[in-house]
Amino acid sequence: MPLKSTAPAPDAHRAARPSLDVDRIRRDFPILLREIGGKRIVYLDNPATTQKPRTVIDAIIHFYEHYNANVHRGAYKLAEEATAAYEGAREKTRAFLNAASTEEIIFTRGTTESINLAAYAWGRAYVSAGDEILVTEMEHHSNLVPWQILVKEKQAALKYIPIEDDGTIDLQKAVAGISPKTRLVAITHVSNVLGTVNPVCEIAKAAHSAGAVVLVDGAQSAPHMPVDVRALDCDFFALSGHKMCAPTGIGVLYVRKSVLETMPPFHGGGDMIRQVYRDHATWNDLPWKFEAGTPNIADAIGLGAAIDYLTGIGLDAIREHEIELTRYAIQRLSAVPSVTLYGPRDARLRAGVVSFNVGDIHPHDLATIVDSKLNVAIRAGHHCAQPLMNRLNVPATARAGFYLYNTEADVDSLVEGIVQAKEIFKV
Amino acid sequence: MGLEGLYQEIILDHYKNPRNRGPIENPDIDIFESNPLCGDEIHLQAKLDGQKLTDVRFEGKGCSISIASASMMTEVIRGHSHEHAHKFIDGVRAMMHGEEKMSNEELGDMEALKGVADFPARVKCALLAWTTLEKALNDKLSGGKKVT
Repeated sequence: MPLKSTAPAPDAHRAARPSLDVDRIRRDFPILLREIGGKRIVYLDNPATTQKPRTVIDAIIHFYEHYNANVHRGAYKLAEEATAAYEGAREKTRAFLNAASTEEIIFTRGTTESINLAAYAWGRAYVSAGDEILVTEMEHHSNLVPWQILVKEKQAALKYIPIEDDGTIDLQKAVAGISPKTRLVAITHVSNVLGTVNPVCEIAKAAHSAGAVVLVDGAQSAPHMPVDVRALDCDFFALSGHKMCAPTGIGVLYVRKSVLETMPPFHGGGDMIRQVYRDHATWNDLPWKFEAGTPNIADAIGLGAAIDYLTGIGLDAIREHEIELTRYAIQRLSAVPSVTLYGPRDARLRAGVVSFNVGDIHPHDLATIVDSKLNVAIRAGHHCAQPLMNRLNVPATARAGFYLYNTEADVDSLVEGIVQAKEIFKV
Repeated sequence: MGLEGLYQEIILDHYKNPRNRGPIENPDIDIFESNPLCGDEIHLQAKLDGQKLTDVRFEGKGCSISIASASMMTEVIRGHSHEHAHKFIDGVRAMMHGEEKMSNEELGDMEALKGVADFPARVKCALLAWTTLEKALNDKLSGGKKVT
């Protein structure tokens, strides 16, 4: 799986300039103005969480300072404003994903809760003994463990689509893994380790032909490229707000209406009911049937502001910027002796995520050194993808992930940090 | 001390050439532990003669700090008693909080781990081997059975 170090000289590509005005974008993010030890922050842990623009921070402050109230119930002006803003964020999310209706947009705490919602509400009702759930070897634990729990409870089976040595999925093998027993194909849109962009549309088509439903883990795609759930033709699509400039604690589960209508509730409680009797209750309309209790109003409004911000810049432009940065990073990193890169070589086949190792320097040591020397924030470890680490036959990797505010200078700092780490470890 | 205090020559030497690595036949202590957050792993084995740890060996996957700490640990407790091991466990734990419970003479190579205290995120790396040993000894004490 390692890529060979055959890259051209680092300056060879420089003709192609990113189309974003990154200098202007960087000024939108207050944290990027911070210096530590007189040096700027080089933030490359974007697959874990992203920084927040001023407009998102302001939207949350504005909510709490001007119209904080509970939603859907108060008969007074503040509550009406809060409800309008909360439901407005839902409409922004619908448009962002091109869903057919806001009935299909459920707010959750994040991708993990979104997938658990699907596993508990849909899975418990529609998966039974002998059924199969198909995942890939590159799934994040959040798209594995809920299914492991479900198949154990139901005596069903979890099956894996293998990954190829270049970090991609062979569509034929994926399709061959779908059988009449397959109830669900749960697949990540973009790998949080390899950056691979998976052919979810084609896999969805094959899954539907076999009568299975399709869940797409969009945690690493929705922030970085245009997503159209109707074009993908998926039944579930999960995302996390904090990975796309919104606050932590807010996420989304899109569910196709025809599927959602057949699902029992997830959590029971206030706001998800229509009538409650001594021994039973009836359920609220979609999507509120799936949002029990007081929701995370402020952060949903923050997500709406993040969507406004990202769509104002343009997801196509962000995607192109990240392809350019990824191409540059692959070129620079593969020119450093002892660096092993993982994932597809072609930047167009991947998102802005680059995992690598450097000789026998453990990724934790590398992360400590690049941070101490140059304020470069990268991730080190198994990235919540232990089955993938086993497939790659590595205990851990270092990972850099790019976003709209990153620059080639950030990549240069990373490479400089790696060179300094090699000196310390005499690699 | 900063980075220079963390990656001292002695740490890198133990990382690249770990002492007492490999399995023990018929171990009296046989314990596997991992750090779920970062994925570091240690498989620690020991032979006992009463209270004495006559042989201590390990296998592990991890960063320089965790491997070096495990390697040094096997050196300082091998041939010594439970009591001696507990003294070091307490001493290293205190060291990670910047406290000095043991003299540099007593610490020997272990003194090089003092620099880890400046890097809170790495303290768990340095402690993995020691907390694993502590668990094994406590289990041994309470159960009297083979720890697996």
